[in-house]
Amino acid sequence: MNVTMSVNGQRVTRDVEPRQLLVHFLRDTLDLTGTHWGCDTSNCGACVVLMDGKPLKSCTALAAMCEGHEIRTVESLEVDGRLDPVQQGFHEHHALQCGFCTPGMMMTARGLLDENPNPTEEEIRVAISGGICRCTGYKNIVAAIRWAADNDALARQEVSG
Amino acid sequence: MTTTADRPIGFGRLKRKEDPRFIRGQGTYLDDIKLPGMLHGAILRSPYAHAKIVSIDTSRALVHPNVAAVVTAKDLETLGLAWMPTISYDTQAVLAGDKVRFQGQEVAFIIATDEYSANDALALIDVEYEPLPAVVNARKALDPEAPLIRDDKSGQRDNLASPTWEAGDKEATDRAFAEADTVVSRDIIYPRCHPAPLETCGMIADFNPETGQLDIYNGNQAPHAHRTVYAHVAGLAEHMIRIKCNDIGGGFGNKVPVYPGYVCAIAGSIVAGKPVKWVENRSENLMSTGFARDYVMRAEICSKDGKITGLRVDTIADHGAFDSTAQPTKFPAGFFHIVCGSYDLHAAHVQVKAVYTNKAPGGVAYRCSFRIAEAVYLVERMVDALAMELKVDPVELRMGSFIAPEQFPYETTTGWTYDSGDYAMAMRVAMDMAAYEDLRREQAEKRARGELMGIGVSFFTEGVGAGPRKHMDILGLAMNDGADLRVHGNGKAVVSISAQTQGQGHETTFAQIVAEELGIPPEDVEVRHGDTDRSPYGLGTYGSRSTPVSGGAVAVVSRKVRDKARLIASTMLETRPEDLAWEKGRWYVKGDPEKGAMIEDIAARAYSGDPMPEGMEGGLDAQVIYDPPNLTYPYGAYLAVVDVDKDTGHVKVRRFVAVDDCGVRINPMVVEGQIHGGLAEGIGIALMEVLTFDEEGNCLNSSFMDYLIPTSLETPDFELGETVTPCPHHPLGAKGVGESPNVGSPPAIVNAVIDALHETHGVDHIDMPCTPARVWAAMQGRPEPPQ
Amino acid sequence: MQTPAAFEYERATSVEGAIAALKERGSGARIVAGGHSLIPMMKLRLATPSHLVDINDLAELDYIRAEGDEVRIGALTRHVDLLRSDLLADRFPIFRDAEQVIADPVVRTRGTIGGSLCQADAAEDLSAVCAALKARVVIRGSDGERVVAMDDFHVGPYMTAVGDGELLTEIRLAARPGAGSAHEKVERRAGDWAIAAASAAVWMEGPTIADAGIALAAVGLTTIHLGRAEELLRGKAPGDDLFAQVAQIASEDCSPMADGRGPVDYKRHLAGVLAARALTRATTRALHPEV
Repeated sequence: MNVTMSVNGQRVTRDVEPRQLLVHFLRDTLDLTGTHWGCDTSNCGACVVLMDGKPLKSCTALAAMCEGHEIRTVESLEVDGRLDPVQQGFHEHHALQCGFCTPGMMMTARGLLDENPNPTEEEIRVAISGGICRCTGYKNIVAAIRWAADNDALARQEVSG
Repeated sequence: MTTTADRPIGFGRLKRKEDPRFIRGQGTYLDDIKLPGMLHGAILRSPYAHAKIVSIDTSRALVHPNVAAVVTAKDLETLGLAWMPTISYDTQAVLAGDKVRFQGQEVAFIIATDEYSANDALALIDVEYEPLPAVVNARKALDPEAPLIRDDKSGQRDNLASPTWEAGDKEATDRAFAEADTVVSRDIIYPRCHPAPLETCGMIADFNPETGQLDIYNGNQAPHAHRTVYAHVAGLAEHMIRIKCNDIGGGFGNKVPVYPGYVCAIAGSIVAGKPVKWVENRSENLMSTGFARDYVMRAEICSKDGKITGLRVDTIADHGAFDSTAQPTKFPAGFFHIVCGSYDLHAAHVQVKAVYTNKAPGGVAYRCSFRIAEAVYLVERMVDALAMELKVDPVELRMGSFIAPEQFPYETTTGWTYDSGDYAMAMRVAMDMAAYEDLRREQAEKRARGELMGIGVSFFTEGVGAGPRKHMDILGLAMNDGADLRVHGNGKAVVSISAQTQGQGHETTFAQIVAEELGIPPEDVEVRHGDTDRSPYGLGTYGSRSTPVSGGAVAVVSRKVRDKARLIASTMLETRPEDLAWEKGRWYVKGDPEKGAMIEDIAARAYSGDPMPEGMEGGLDAQVIYDPPNLTYPYGAYLAVVDVDKDTGHVKVRRFVAVDDCGVRINPMVVEGQIHGGLAEGIGIALMEVLTFDEEGNCLNSSFMDYLIPTSLETPDFELGETVTPCPHHPLGAKGVGESPNVGSPPAIVNAVIDALHETHGVDHIDMPCTPARVWAAMQGRPEPPQ
Repeated sequence: MQTPAAFEYERATSVEGAIAALKERGSGARIVAGGHSLIPMMKLRLATPSHLVDINDLAELDYIRAEGDEVRIGALTRHVDLLRSDLLADRFPIFRDAEQVIADPVVRTRGTIGGSLCQADAAEDLSAVCAALKARVVIRGSDGERVVAMDDFHVGPYMTAVGDGELLTEIRLAARPGAGSAHEKVERRAGDWAIAAASAAVWMEGPTIADAGIALAAVGLTTIHLGRAEELLRGKAPGDDLFAQVAQIASEDCSPMADGRGPVDYKRHLAGVLAARALTRATTRALHPEV
């Protein structure tokens, strides 16, 4: 069957099997391999993308279910050579080691900050609790997201003058 | 303006060079790679823990339109690949032929056009099994009536995987116990857990029949050693095998072994004449790949006049159905005999016996430093048990029994030579950071109100950086690492290393070593790794060996280059080499410091047509194979604060203080990150991670729904401290740190839980994981060990 | 990754259309809403529907509103919206308690109350919540609607009163005066199913409990409704001794099974502890609504 959705701002139409999971649609059909997978049971969060601005575990959605929706993957964070503050924050605060959970964590963070621009540490920890990281112990991820919140605000201040 | 603090040339908090691709989602992990014509493999696995295979019928699968081939043991036999050697000199079935010996064991390999079809076709293979009774409990494996698992091995009459291995002095230990005034014994289990890196295991094998070249894409922690194994197993010339590791989504020891799926992918590619990709799912990862720990221990500790004097341990090690543990050859129990710990004991004696059970093979994994995790857990639990018996503070008991700084290098009763340390200082730093006295006061106040708070400490000494050729090898291969360094005419460098990062930041830290030694900024040092064609032979990254061994290699090779540079500089400056002194990045004339040569100018000279020193070749490069003179011995003092809900048994880790001494720190930011991650794993092990089986050997939790890993809500804001006691024999004074936090944290947490419950509920031991149910049972006086 | 077997997919554009599709496709057809129960089961091949009818476009089923003396929740309302709803937090704070411990925040953007109730896993927190609140649910079929009480909704493990060709459309909660409610859960790790969980609701008349609703999750084949405890509470003033008796009833009247989360005796004990805790908080909220 044909599905049409917006992926990273671009309208895409492809022929898919109904059973094709969104994560495979992104990785295999669209060659956007930045979204990862790490489990079979929707627990690890490596596959998180944004659908209509809200975090979604792409291993638990069919591509068909995303027809007509807007999907954003990690590849959308950098715009015109400028890194998203979330990406910068992860780099500043050493919030990644092997990098495998990182796209899912960053998209979750982006979704959080778009809803709640000034989260407390507790709110950040809750927001990322649907993702597992084996490398960092989360401390630096929390610091990175807090940095991104502060720098998002700065960027917005600059824009509004 | 950036300062040297922001952009150190050499050691310091440098942000990572490898980050740019990862934060853009442009890492290249195994499943990201697509090759033209590539086929997909999937493995049919046994539902039974122990069963005869009566028949395998692949006919229905073969007619599936998208299936290219189906491989069984019979097919592999014709290629001589049905069985493969393990690192422990045992053999392991690649695909089961006669019998299956653990639930999840590989039975058939399907090769199809795509992943979905491969998964579909698994259901089309019909296997008839005749179930057999299973042995699941290591303690029962040697019962006379236990079913024989390894009837494939001629002469094997029981489920003993390797004979009892001993270390220490039994007589001296018996004497120490006889002379002691206090003896405490405990049965202590370190349950089976799993490293579960976020990226599962997989491989793409691409055999070119015309050239005989085998290209392998595979995230593994020891690519050169794997290459040697494949050459041996597949009968191919080693130099015609290339392994590319690219980016690896975590290893933690899970990506050390050679798995049957890898051999199947290789065989599949040889047979199909196309690249074959096999990537396991999470259930396969948990059910069939290298687990960790599973040690059943009985221990006694003794003391005289308040000082710890002796320790003895008797261990049954559950190795699963095949003995595939990874450790140096002469050490079948790894480094478990470091169980003598950080204490000035009179004597210790250790014996370990390994058994087969009907469970997945493995045992040495998950940041254990070759069984040091098991050893540290044992000794630190026993020290606390002794403190409980003596009714003394557990910190005081340790302080009074530590090896003293002046005793280093210290030869332990079980044959280790610890290099350097000031244990008491590290403990004091931890106690200060924790405000220990305040915590004890708070605990007393809470107890008076009926609230259960626990404080637990652990102190560990690790032995990492395996290892000297005179003492150790793996599969007959020296545990040495190489380093090749070339400084190009533009003054920038490329260093190729044997270490294999799975997230440890090597592209940054190894550049920093070259920067420290040669003064070339880290951004101008390219680190090459992960490709056996482009990196020197070495034994890879596990056992915290990257800094001790590859780090030593890079330091030594950089100094070789620096020495060459001195000779070239002396020609450039028309002076004698001995008249030159070095400051980072420059040789200059002693007594005339204005007169000097920068490293980049020396490099340019090395490639130019201008005269070189007498007898010296052009270029500026060197190669080294580094044989470490000894292991290195990082150590640490850890403290955990827990709160236990007295009605539900739920445990929360409120605080965790970790003081680590890993010698000189190349990049403190990277070191701290490693520690954070290992502490989170320790919380997992102490509170929630365990692989469980029923009596028939069915694995009850082979998914992340039930194999539980800590999230951001179970991990506190870790508090880190440091002391720095350089390693006297390491070129940089560095010791390695990757595994220390996983080694040292579980006993601190378990000691804390017991501390919360001892006075009010009389609990004096509890086995991991300290789930709410297990804690509650202990509070009722009915602690149950995991099966 | 594990992948589902093949099936047909269609998207419903109306409730009637969804029901018609279910009827037409027969018993092999399943509704998919959030999909976070169904799709994992399909990947593990524990569920192999021949047809999926996607109802995510049915915005008319996504609402939380006060209607007369009821609060009505559309079956397609997402967990995250139940969590954030100030209307629910005000009238039935038990929802916010439960939603904070259901799955994880990412799953909560997709999962729905209808999906949770229809999954009918005994460990579903919302099933216990709705049972304690004495909710009634609306089931629509091709020949109209019927309203079913929660006690009649959960028939057995993974079985509800929703028949073939029917759709759960609405949950109705009577808004009665003097209400207080709370949910208590213990799990091995954030996001895990409950080892045990208790939902309690009270409706006070002055200092006494006029009516109560208590239900337990994860300690039986289905949601456990503690009728005996509710009987005991009616007409009484709240107090520790009374709640201890309720705890005793809770631990007796549930039927937990031993599994990886815990043995039977612990689960029974936990059911009692959490029933008392939930009741205590529910009562405090009823008596001190300003807090």
